[in-house]
Amino acid sequence: MSSSSKDTTQQIRKSLAKRYRAEKRFRLYGVLAILFGLLCVATLFVDIIGKGHGAFRQTYIELTVNYDADILGVSDINDKQQLALGNYAGLVKKSLRSKFTDVSGRREKRELYTLVSNSAEYELADRIKTSPSLLGQSEKLWVLADDDIDTYFKSLNRSDGPFIGRTSEKQQQWIQSLIDEGGIKLRFNSNFFKTGDSREPEQAGIGGAIVGSLFTLFITLVISFPIGVAAAVYLEEFAPKNRWTDFIEVNINNLAAVPSIIFGLLGLAIFINFFHVPRSVPIIGGLVLAVMTLPTIIISSRAAIKSVPPSIREAGIGIGASPVQVVLHHVLPLALPGMLTGTIIGMAQALGETAPLLMIGMVAFIVDVPGGFTDPATVLPVQIFLWADSPERAFVEKTSAAIMVLLAFLITMNTLAVVLRKRLERRW
Amino acid sequence: MKKRSSTVAQFKAAALGCGFAISLASIQAVAASRDYISIVGSSTVYPFATVVAERFGKTTPHPTPKVEATGSGGGMKLFCSGVGTGHPDITNASRRMKSSEFKKCQNGGVKDIVEVLIGFDGIVLANSLKAPQMSLSRKDIFLALAKHVPAPKSMQDEFTSAKTLVANPYKTWKEINPALPDMKIEVLGPPPTSGTRDAFAELALEGGCKKISWIKAIKKRDKRGYKEICHTIREDGHYIEAGENDNLIVQKLNANPNALGVFGFSFLDQNADKVQGSLIEGQVPTFDTIADKSYPISRPLYFYVKKAHMGVVPGIEGYLAEFISEKAWGGEGYLAEKGMIPLSADVRKANGDDIKALKSMSGEGL
Repeated sequence: MSSSSKDTTQQIRKSLAKRYRAEKRFRLYGVLAILFGLLCVATLFVDIIGKGHGAFRQTYIELTVNYDADILGVSDINDKQQLALGNYAGLVKKSLRSKFTDVSGRREKRELYTLVSNSAEYELADRIKTSPSLLGQSEKLWVLADDDIDTYFKSLNRSDGPFIGRTSEKQQQWIQSLIDEGGIKLRFNSNFFKTGDSREPEQAGIGGAIVGSLFTLFITLVISFPIGVAAAVYLEEFAPKNRWTDFIEVNINNLAAVPSIIFGLLGLAIFINFFHVPRSVPIIGGLVLAVMTLPTIIISSRAAIKSVPPSIREAGIGIGASPVQVVLHHVLPLALPGMLTGTIIGMAQALGETAPLLMIGMVAFIVDVPGGFTDPATVLPVQIFLWADSPERAFVEKTSAAIMVLLAFLITMNTLAVVLRKRLERRW
Repeated sequence: MKKRSSTVAQFKAAALGCGFAISLASIQAVAASRDYISIVGSSTVYPFATVVAERFGKTTPHPTPKVEATGSGGGMKLFCSGVGTGHPDITNASRRMKSSEFKKCQNGGVKDIVEVLIGFDGIVLANSLKAPQMSLSRKDIFLALAKHVPAPKSMQDEFTSAKTLVANPYKTWKEINPALPDMKIEVLGPPPTSGTRDAFAELALEGGCKKISWIKAIKKRDKRGYKEICHTIREDGHYIEAGENDNLIVQKLNANPNALGVFGFSFLDQNADKVQGSLIEGQVPTFDTIADKSYPISRPLYFYVKKAHMGVVPGIEGYLAEFISEKAWGGEGYLAEKGMIPLSADVRKANGDDIKALKSMSGEGL
């Protein structure tokens, strides 16, 4: 007997080293898997940030503008009509010509005029409108540089030589002279967060897309959260368990896995063609995304309700509360953190979605920042898609910068979901 | 307890009611009127239409028009589906409206349409600057990329030998034309859904196909068969569908110096530090050669305006005027700056007068 138990012990001792090794190996695999994931994320971030960080600063050129009434063609400063039609481009051209006097010929003049963005003329018009006393005066003004100039200027210190692109030699000389006299510099690009889309990369911003995303998500939330919670509560607390509820459950789980483009087609067929909801507005986007996120919300809400222990319900009923009172006073408040987490994750999913919006006209060029639920709007991921498709080189950095903003939103939402769960969750 | 339950119930009811009230009220409000112009259509015209839309929005009190890139065909479908603010006002196209589409428009109640020819777009075959510049004829392109080509022997003496088609046997450019480099045929281009692909097939492939006289003869008796021969691109891996994104094709060319890519001229213009356009029939694709039509692969760009919406949706006339102003579509206008090849001054003048008079399409000659 004792000898056999000794044998066993010895056997175990022998195999022990092997088992420890197996254990270590197994852990190593796990660590490697995580490292691989982190490496992928790090590569993605480095690439995007490396390409996109430049977009947060924009090149400006200093001009001395003389608000010459003759060039403007304005004789009466109080005449709104005249002011609106003023030749502001002429002012910009003249101040450029007075800055660089070595320009001759039509071609060179054209090159000179493309140094600054065409937003300069709109800026001058705004200046005159807000302070009419400027007419006839001169002032120094920093105006946006053209996108070609901007890309060239930003790439000047690049190790493999500057990106010349479409800039001519003459333009490069002018930029050099501007650098020497400090007339060109990078400034924080606050417009990027304020303005809507533009075909001129130096003026393009994601403000419109952010506002559009907010409006769309608001509609999504307002529709999908109450419906999702109501459905979950009924299915979990009141519905009889029979073939019908099984059937519904299978369908809800199935819907959660349906590709999102299908919801876009559904939105086109039902909301637009049948109910005549207008295209390209946050309402239609919100409706479609609400239908898409409903299954996610229902499933997570049901899980949250399930995790509330039955003793709570029994105690409630025991002291004479009705089933509705038990649900509203006890189960719902306790399940709410879980529901909110699920909802936030569903919203984050909806925020990153492009495919369903393709069918309902939200993949569109929209300049004006939407002011309401019925203004045409686009959303962040669509903006990224549109910029990635644009020929202008300067949109490369804009695309990456927009991705950074979208990622920031997603990270914030997901962190919020984790924090909420950690803070409010109760363990039984 | 009771109080709390009622507040919860009220909150829920309010949230639900609020959601539906908002959507219903605003749906009705918008369906009734629209104060912005709605533009759909070709993704090739999109970069130009959007520039005009933006300028129009900035210089007039009207809101900036909304521009969607739905593709030429998709745009026509939406445009022709009816009159009323639920339907778009303008559609862009990288080809002329087909007679079938014109009929569909008529049936849909869209009777009066103003056609605007705005300019041209060149399609280029480009490769990386690291590789030698290619010089191709349209016939070379046809032989390199068509699915079926005349049997190589009959090519040498097309009058005596059998005129048969075989599956494209060519693997390198040299096999097609001894003057070309001994390089594998590898062309990255847009998928069949793209208008660029249609235009490329029509202008480059068919252009080369026509040069072979016996195939050209087929056109008279069997139009469909002729089109089948001339427009079908090979699917054995020598033509690679690289997606609709032209930027992506440029990047891939940069990584693979042996490949050629097919895309619009504006992308060549913007990426001159990375890629070079191949010579077609001895012509380098430049702004000037496309404008004077000596470069053969270029296509017209159009947009179509629904006359019934003028006066209903504010600003359509203004948008039209902005588009056909000399500072936009002129020889040195801002559209040319963006890569569109302008019309000649005479054509601009003649077309401009028709457009200002809002002459409707007759539907003939489509």
